[in-house]
Amino acid sequence: MTGRIAVLASSAALALTIAGCTSFYEIPIETPIQPKMDVSPFQRVLIAGFIAGGSDDVDANLETVRLLRSQLRSKSPLRVIEADVLPLVELAREQDRPEQPPAGQPSAPADPASAPIALPPPSGPDATTGADAPQAPAGQEPAAPARSGSAQPRRPSGDPQHVVRIKDEKDLEPLEGIFANVDFWKKLGEEYQNPLIVTGTVLFTPHARSGFVQREQEYFDSLGRRRVVPVRTYMERKGFILRPKFIFIDGRTGTTIYSESFREEILYSPQQSTPALSSYFELMDRLIPSFLSTLSTQKIRGSRILLK
Amino acid sequence: MFKRMVFAACLVALSAAPSFADARSDARDQVEFGIKVAQKGLWREAVYRWERATALDPSYSAAFNNLAIAYEHEGQFDKAREAYDKAIELDPNNAMIRQNYDLFKEINDRTNRRTGK
Repeated sequence: MTGRIAVLASSAALALTIAGCTSFYEIPIETPIQPKMDVSPFQRVLIAGFIAGGSDDVDANLETVRLLRSQLRSKSPLRVIEADVLPLVELAREQDRPEQPPAGQPSAPADPASAPIALPPPSGPDATTGADAPQAPAGQEPAAPARSGSAQPRRPSGDPQHVVRIKDEKDLEPLEGIFANVDFWKKLGEEYQNPLIVTGTVLFTPHARSGFVQREQEYFDSLGRRRVVPVRTYMERKGFILRPKFIFIDGRTGTTIYSESFREEILYSPQQSTPALSSYFELMDRLIPSFLSTLSTQKIRGSRILLK
Repeated sequence: MFKRMVFAACLVALSAAPSFADARSDARDQVEFGIKVAQKGLWREAVYRWERATALDPSYSAAFNNLAIAYEHEGQFDKAREAYDKAIELDPNNAMIRQNYDLFKEINDRTNRRTGK
């Protein structure tokens, strides 16, 4: 009996000693995550434009450019260049189209990586307009600065017969050659003083899916207590899929430095009526941290336990 | 004979105890001061204090744990991992160190996946 009391007493003493010794303090910490890309050679960033498609309700090119610019303005050390959004689909189609041969000659197949593309005239306060640019007479459009090399300016034809809606990734494929056109991006970079250029593709497509969905249903049991049980229901839901691919191009060389693709999806029950633009922003909101972490240091907040 | 041997061992342990106690006591002071400055956001000073604590007493798991947290906060992930490894080696059953390490590992693994390490 005495022995058992001694053991209990010593165990209690040991527990108290351990509790006394292991004082701890929870402390909030911010773990810095280094950017995926080294952006130190750049002072400026140009969100040029995107080859966008999918839903007709959202201009994914314009909205993506606007959203990324506003995010980078507040969350990146790079200066964001304000410029008109490039009509990249038209430019890519222009490049994809075979060159018109002189009369009597067969047409040569176009090499998407080197075909000349029309650049729209640079605009905005950050564009290099060139002091020696010819001044247009009053009432006429000012001339675009002269360009040389294979990226000689040619206006996109905008021929409606060539305008095919981009509905899915297959429609994007033939246009993606523009991202490999080093001359095009280099020219664009020269016009905006060699920034980091952000471009890519954005597909924002309506989506429907039917199947079993688990949801919680509450009921009150015979004793009046609230209970919640999981219930599986067959449901047809509609929503959107957002598939952006961000491509980062060195404005000094025109080459791609880094690219990353994402996929986000949202589905709503049939009773919900959510505008396409709201869904677009909801999905983009999920991707923004990943996008920003490419260019700037992000901090992950958490807590740890300090021990004494 | 056995009693004599036990007695001799106790004497040896007692004679060595003061120096060990001094080192642990000094290290503990450093750890406590480090906690105070870390709570005020002075993480670099905390790193210095906990580095001193681990040098004074290389068997002090709490000092290594705290040092790992400070390295993590400073973005020095390799050093943080080393310090966590040491803390776990010294005190493998400490659930709090394990929890800290698991949280660190999650972030570190994610970073490594991105950078392709």
